[in-house]
Amino acid sequence: MTAQMPMIEMRNVSKHFGSVVALKDISMKVCSGEVMCLLGDNGAGKSTLIKTLSGVHQPTHGEMLLDGEPVRFKSPAYALDAGIATVFQDLAMIPLMSITRNFFMGREPTVGWGPFKRINWKYADRIAKQEMAKIGIDVRDPGQPVGTLSGGERQCVAIARAVYFGAKVLILDEPTSALGVKQASVVLRYIAKARADGLAVIFITHNVHHAYPVADAFTLLKRGGSLGSFRKEDISREEVLNMMAGGAELESLDAELAEFQRSDNERKTSRVSKPTDGDVDADMPNARLAGGY
Amino acid sequence: MQPNHSTSTGNASSAESVARQDERLRAIPLWKKALSRPELGALAGTVLVLAFFIVAARGTGMFTPAGIVNFLEVAAQLGIIATAAALLMIGGEFDLSIGSMIGLAGILIAIPVVQYGFPLWSAILVALACAGLVGWLNGYLVNRTGLPSFIVTLGFLFILRGMAIGISRLLTGRTQIGGIHHHIEGDWLAMLFSGEVATGLFSWMATHGWIATNFAGNPVVTGIPISIVWWLGLTAVATWVLLCTPYGNWIYASGGDANAARNSGVPVHRVKISLFMFTAFSATIFACLQVMDTGSADTIRGLLKELEAIIAVVIGGALLTGGYGSAIGAALGALIFGLVQMGIFYTGVNTDWFQVFLGLMLLIAVLFNNFMRKKVMEAK
Repeated sequence: MTAQMPMIEMRNVSKHFGSVVALKDISMKVCSGEVMCLLGDNGAGKSTLIKTLSGVHQPTHGEMLLDGEPVRFKSPAYALDAGIATVFQDLAMIPLMSITRNFFMGREPTVGWGPFKRINWKYADRIAKQEMAKIGIDVRDPGQPVGTLSGGERQCVAIARAVYFGAKVLILDEPTSALGVKQASVVLRYIAKARADGLAVIFITHNVHHAYPVADAFTLLKRGGSLGSFRKEDISREEVLNMMAGGAELESLDAELAEFQRSDNERKTSRVSKPTDGDVDADMPNARLAGGY
Repeated sequence: MQPNHSTSTGNASSAESVARQDERLRAIPLWKKALSRPELGALAGTVLVLAFFIVAARGTGMFTPAGIVNFLEVAAQLGIIATAAALLMIGGEFDLSIGSMIGLAGILIAIPVVQYGFPLWSAILVALACAGLVGWLNGYLVNRTGLPSFIVTLGFLFILRGMAIGISRLLTGRTQIGGIHHHIEGDWLAMLFSGEVATGLFSWMATHGWIATNFAGNPVVTGIPISIVWWLGLTAVATWVLLCTPYGNWIYASGGDANAARNSGVPVHRVKISLFMFTAFSATIFACLQVMDTGSADTIRGLLKELEAIIAVVIGGALLTGGYGSAIGAALGALIFGLVQMGIFYTGVNTDWFQVFLGLMLLIAVLFNNFMRKKVMEAK
């Protein structure tokens, strides 16, 4: 696995917004046919990281390599042309436009030449219908507005579009967060299929049950920095869950809560002018319980 | 939700898709499909207004060839700018400087010709170039600052009107410039904006007694005014662009959600700048037609035209928020406008009431559009 050339690689990438350091020294690599799961709390820099990968932001320091070649994207259009497709949380879908119009937005297939160049609607409708059918969604009419689709279906249109346009790297920003169980499984199945097709997938989620089955590796971000990447075989589901939940944070939270409880009890005991044995006995087990959490 | 789901759901999904197919095979009635077209409301409105005036204005001459040409000409003038305003509104922006651009363009055409003896074609080209610059500037500022186009173009509404008056006073000492008529003859570019087409056809029809003739035996309507040709031509081109070209898809996308469009690789900034340039060009075309028609320019020309254009576009089914609308709708909106304006004149209703009617039409159209958008989104 490690001998394989990474499809996309970040080397010491940093991104500053004025005085705010949004990303510092991030290094990460994803090979083709591999799913990298990006974990981190809110504000950890996940969004900035994928926006940098997809050309929305340009890194302040460091470099990115696509298929071994250093790249720098001026805008998302350049990243798309290079084969990096991003499915943003807001999906880049326009509800009032038809499925076909959305599917081919920005890369419409044309026939004819010069001033008579026009969109090949017949071909476009057929492809949109066919690509949706591939992922098990039967579109009755590719001319219907995307706004009439369910959340999962919209997600699938977005992913199908990215895959259809020959993406080498697929970036998914919380694709399952707003979905029901069934819808999420459709999306996850599709991610597995994209991996089987040889894409490098970068996948952000908060749900370990979604992340663990499809991911090959995990990268943990915290406050703009990377806490490291882990192969799936080196880490258990519980450890991933711990990382996602920010296990260390929770432990210190528990400690603080216990501390509150103890000081509470102490105040209570000191307020009671002459504490009887019974009173102390009644309070102590609680404090011990909280501390042992 | 366990790791093995990817293997176990294979069969389930095919069964599921069959079930789904059945559930979705319910045929959509044709009328419901038609409802999802933005221009439907305008079409219904046109039929209604037309029927009303056919009854109310019968015997007044509104629907004689001369009367028809009259209201079509009113519709055509508005329709030319409404087409451009429609594309811009679909692209998510407004242009409130259209009316002032009409006034300025008229002045820019008239002064070089009348005051300095330049050929008409060169003055028209200069006016078009200036319009392009104004449109570009509007678009650039909107893109660059992220301010609502309402504010940016409101600024230009005053700037351009002020420039028209200022330039005119400075160079000629007047705000009205006449005497352009005799410059039109033989000018290759001006010919595109003046006169009538199909004059042969009309005199042929007159000789066969199909249309009325005056005392000298000439038809009362000698041809189709060129403004109507411009109107229909621009509407056709705009419709083609919207429905059939990638650029049209980009206009819908830019107006629907500029951010989503940009993330999908649509050059949103370029699209918006070109649309602002198109509205400025359309204002200049309007000014050309008006100057050639009346033989004069006036700094006050085009007053409130930007709002009339917006009314026509909204009646035509476009959403103020962008991303939805059609050029045919805008043409129908302009037609309703022409019908009502001339209809009130022919029926002898006090023309003071025209604006009341216009305002009511606008409100009804907006309410109807709002309702339609909801219908479209739930069209399952």
